[in-house]
Amino acid sequence: MKKHHKVALSILTMAALVAGCASVPGSADLDKLTNDIVKASFRDEGIVKASVLDTDETNRVCSAADVSGKPLDDETAKRIEAINLQTVKAPPGGKYLGDWKEGEKIAQSGRGLTYTDDAKTVNGGNCYNCHQIDKKEISFGTIGPSLYNYGKIRGVANPASPEAKPIVEYTWGKIWNSKAYNACSNMPRAGHMGILNAAQIADVMALLLDPKSPVNQ
Amino acid sequence: MRMTKPLVVAALLFPVGGGAWAQKNAAVQSIEEYRAMLQDGNPADLFEAKGEGLWTQKRGPKNASLEKCDLGKGPGVYKGVFVELPKYFADTGRVQDLESRLLTCMETLQGLDAAAIAKTPFGRGEQNNMTALATWIAAESKGMKFNLPQSHAQEKVFYQVGKRLFFQRGGPHDFSCASCHGEDDKRIRLQDLPNLTKNPGDGVGFAAWPAYRVSNGQMWGMQQRLNDCYRQQRFPYPGFGSDATIALGVYLGVNSQGSASAAPAIKR
Repeated sequence: MKKHHKVALSILTMAALVAGCASVPGSADLDKLTNDIVKASFRDEGIVKASVLDTDETNRVCSAADVSGKPLDDETAKRIEAINLQTVKAPPGGKYLGDWKEGEKIAQSGRGLTYTDDAKTVNGGNCYNCHQIDKKEISFGTIGPSLYNYGKIRGVANPASPEAKPIVEYTWGKIWNSKAYNACSNMPRAGHMGILNAAQIADVMALLLDPKSPVNQ
Repeated sequence: MRMTKPLVVAALLFPVGGGAWAQKNAAVQSIEEYRAMLQDGNPADLFEAKGEGLWTQKRGPKNASLEKCDLGKGPGVYKGVFVELPKYFADTGRVQDLESRLLTCMETLQGLDAAAIAKTPFGRGEQNNMTALATWIAAESKGMKFNLPQSHAQEKVFYQVGKRLFFQRGGPHDFSCASCHGEDDKRIRLQDLPNLTKNPGDGVGFAAWPAYRVSNGQMWGMQQRLNDCYRQQRFPYPGFGSDATIALGVYLGVNSQGSASAAPAIKR
């Protein structure tokens, strides 16, 4: 394939550079080579297009920070967070909380958006993969913090009250676009990237904040 | 790590897994017992036997065996090659892992169509033979320590590219390999996740594949392992033996330097 030969050539050029000097080529050259290799290596499959790897500035700067082993400087982090905060859309009709029972189902489901899923698959939230939530579910991941008693420990007695407003809005924003509050968070941007719709996010909100939810017992 | 206030509160009240360990009860223990039980017998043996047979069997348009295949230590040498792959091969001018190198031999020695095999889905046709061969070759290095060469310029470049691929965030979920494999002592659900940014130890991570997976009754080579990680990351399809998969293999393999290979392992 032509595509492959082009990459092979750029690898050779790069290797010649390495052979010529004592150290590995500069990081900009390696970034470019990595991009070329990604373009030549990944292809469309099922519902997943190769173009999903043409990502945004948030992912680009966070990936680069991870490679360098140094976190983003404060200024960049604040700028990235501001960009992401602008994407957060308030729920239609101001309805922040839905049904916690539905929220539990969404939190349990890790389905959707892989190349073996079809377009009709209802996306899950993948929440339990990384978080403890309802204490009855012992199969939970530890990549994110525990969310057990999420509303209770924040003193949310009535999610519709003015006192609860800041935490309700923050939680909505965090689920809609996690990077609005932590530029390089490991957490997906469920609303912004179209993983969950507003109604699904409202159901997950209820799981976390409804005083009747098992999370808050 | 930058955190806003509500998250800091959550982290203080709930040190990692705090609620979990208190509840490390019968259910968790029975899962551990199940895992221990799995060690009693490994169906990978069957794939090993098939792979050994395929090595000497005359096949393909050229009606030849793979006995003259050079996997890095000279034609026909299969002991100890696995723990030094991926590496650079002068005849192809490429860095290759075990599976892509076997593919080269299947094409040059046996006359099989490498491009067609690379396009074949895992678990079908020649891909089944590929997995069996990889399982057997890996088994011939069981217990040996990983020692990938980093002397050739392309091997060094591939390590650096592999590192960038490991941290590449993308797709609808913004996942990278590091989202799950970037820190110590993390889990997805109940599954422990090795930290692959450093040496995860004997028989862990890179040092465990090919492996037999009990949950789906399938034998997987490293190519399939990486492919399925990318699938779950919501990434598009990485080509079989593509440079991205090989560079990633170099990164993981070099990080595992000195660790003993447990392949073929058995997994839940």
